[in-house]
Amino acid sequence: MNLTYVLKKLISLLFTLLLTAFLVFLAFSVIPGDPVTTMLGTQATPEKVAALREELGLDRPFLVRFVSWLGTFVDGTFGNSYSYHVTVRSMLAGKLPITLTMTVMAFLMILAISIPLGIYLARNSGGRTDRIMTVVNQTIMAFPPFFSGILLTLLFGLVLHLFTPGGYVSYTRSIPGFLGYLILPAVAIALPKAAMATNYLKASVLKEMKMDYVRTAYSRGNTTKGVLYGHVLRNAIIPVITFLGMTFTDMIAGSIIIEQVFSIPGIGRLLISSIANRDYPVVEAIVVLLAFFVIVTNFAIDIIYRLVDPRIRSAQEE
Amino acid sequence: MREFIKARKNFKAGAIIAGILLFMALLSLFWTPYDPEKMDAASKLAGVSLAHPMGCDNFGRDILSRVMTGLRTTVVIAVGTVGIGAFFGSIIGSLTGYFGGTFDEIVMRVNDVLLAFPAVLLALVMVSLLGGGKYNVILALGIAFVPSFARMVRGEVMRCKDLDYVKNARLQGARDLRVIFVHILPNVMPVILSSVLIGFNNAVLAEAGMSYLGIGVQPPDASLGRMLSEAQGYLYGAPWYALFPGLILVLLILGVSLMGNE
Repeated sequence: MNLTYVLKKLISLLFTLLLTAFLVFLAFSVIPGDPVTTMLGTQATPEKVAALREELGLDRPFLVRFVSWLGTFVDGTFGNSYSYHVTVRSMLAGKLPITLTMTVMAFLMILAISIPLGIYLARNSGGRTDRIMTVVNQTIMAFPPFFSGILLTLLFGLVLHLFTPGGYVSYTRSIPGFLGYLILPAVAIALPKAAMATNYLKASVLKEMKMDYVRTAYSRGNTTKGVLYGHVLRNAIIPVITFLGMTFTDMIAGSIIIEQVFSIPGIGRLLISSIANRDYPVVEAIVVLLAFFVIVTNFAIDIIYRLVDPRIRSAQEE
Repeated sequence: MREFIKARKNFKAGAIIAGILLFMALLSLFWTPYDPEKMDAASKLAGVSLAHPMGCDNFGRDILSRVMTGLRTTVVIAVGTVGIGAFFGSIIGSLTGYFGGTFDEIVMRVNDVLLAFPAVLLALVMVSLLGGGKYNVILALGIAFVPSFARMVRGEVMRCKDLDYVKNARLQGARDLRVIFVHILPNVMPVILSSVLIGFNNAVLAEAGMSYLGIGVQPPDASLGRMLSEAQGYLYGAPWYALFPGLILVLLILGVSLMGNE
């Protein structure tokens, strides 16, 4: 891979991150309603209001505030919470691993379901299983994750008694218990995405199978298996990688809602309670961090993409 | 041909499902079996019966009546959201795609940054700034949907702008704006329409999710998402309370996505 290309991409990445941070900060600066009034109530004396504004640094000009706020991302404190008077970093500390574990689990489930199933359905396209699965997939895609979450709670918790609703186990207490509790939420997030990924992979394999190089590979005496795994899959997987990348970022947003369904104390719950408390520094920090995460993921996908497909590499670097 | 017939069948099935639900939503403007707000202590958490086909909630309110009005709220919000997204997205996308240059570069850079936010997150932030309620949700989701429409329309306009019929229109002396809105956009319509159906479903999902979190539609507006979050507390004793609003949501999404398959 061309080094100048990566460097150019990195600079554009930095620029995008900066622009993202700026847009978020701008959005929160033009909010109608002053956080100080919210904190002290409307009855506060002007002196008290002025003192608090100074303490929070709200009396400084916009750009100065923006730069000092950016600084909190460099030193890793992410600013201070209005409501709890601690750094946002300390509020995030125990919660990030929870949300991340859940998202990664869901992602692995999507891979484990969609790749074998997509290949199988493509190989048996038009058969009975394929027709049934098309209907099943379409139906699964229509289930909002929070509703399937409720249904899973009902089935596994209240009917089968295999799961305690609301019985979240912290990973500091028991890792197996923690992972066990996260299985159902991860399934709820993964189901519709797995159905989409299966359809995507199936369509992509079927499209590739019609290519000339496949005929050539057959004419050289390859078996169907040999053609599929040796030639087709490598090409068919490329659009699926893009889709999975988009899915990963989508799942982060999905986990905000799912955490609420299963009472999991992750980033999403912190975000929702901070929105309810009007604790803007926390909301700002979480939003920016999530956006950073999405942008960096996209960047990584772009690079992976290039490693997998030499055609893109040569086409765009010229 | 077989594919085509299958697609038509899908479309028909989808249109029938979506049509029935839409009819229920419209009907709720004039008539619901009961007053959706009327509480009745006697039928608290009553099960499914002829009098209450979907049972009653924890205040003894008829769930079918509430589902009908909630469905209306959902449809209104989804239509409004997609309308804002498609309208402004088309304008921004066609202008940047047609003119290109620095203007395109700047707008698309901001657009890409906004696209990096998952739509629900963007809408959550905006609602946290503007406050909840039906109209703010439409506004927030609508704005959150603009970037994806803009990107899609821009790509289509760029593809069309050097085609012969566009060159021909320009040679006949049509101005740029006329070329864009009279000649190019109608040809991009089919692509916009299929994105509208996908967008509709995404809007339904987003609204239901936000209302479920309690940051979306506020009482007295009924909402399927909020019904689900209220029902969760009575899951064991009254599972129908959660099942029916959820299933209606699933049917709506399924119907529209079947229509979009064509």
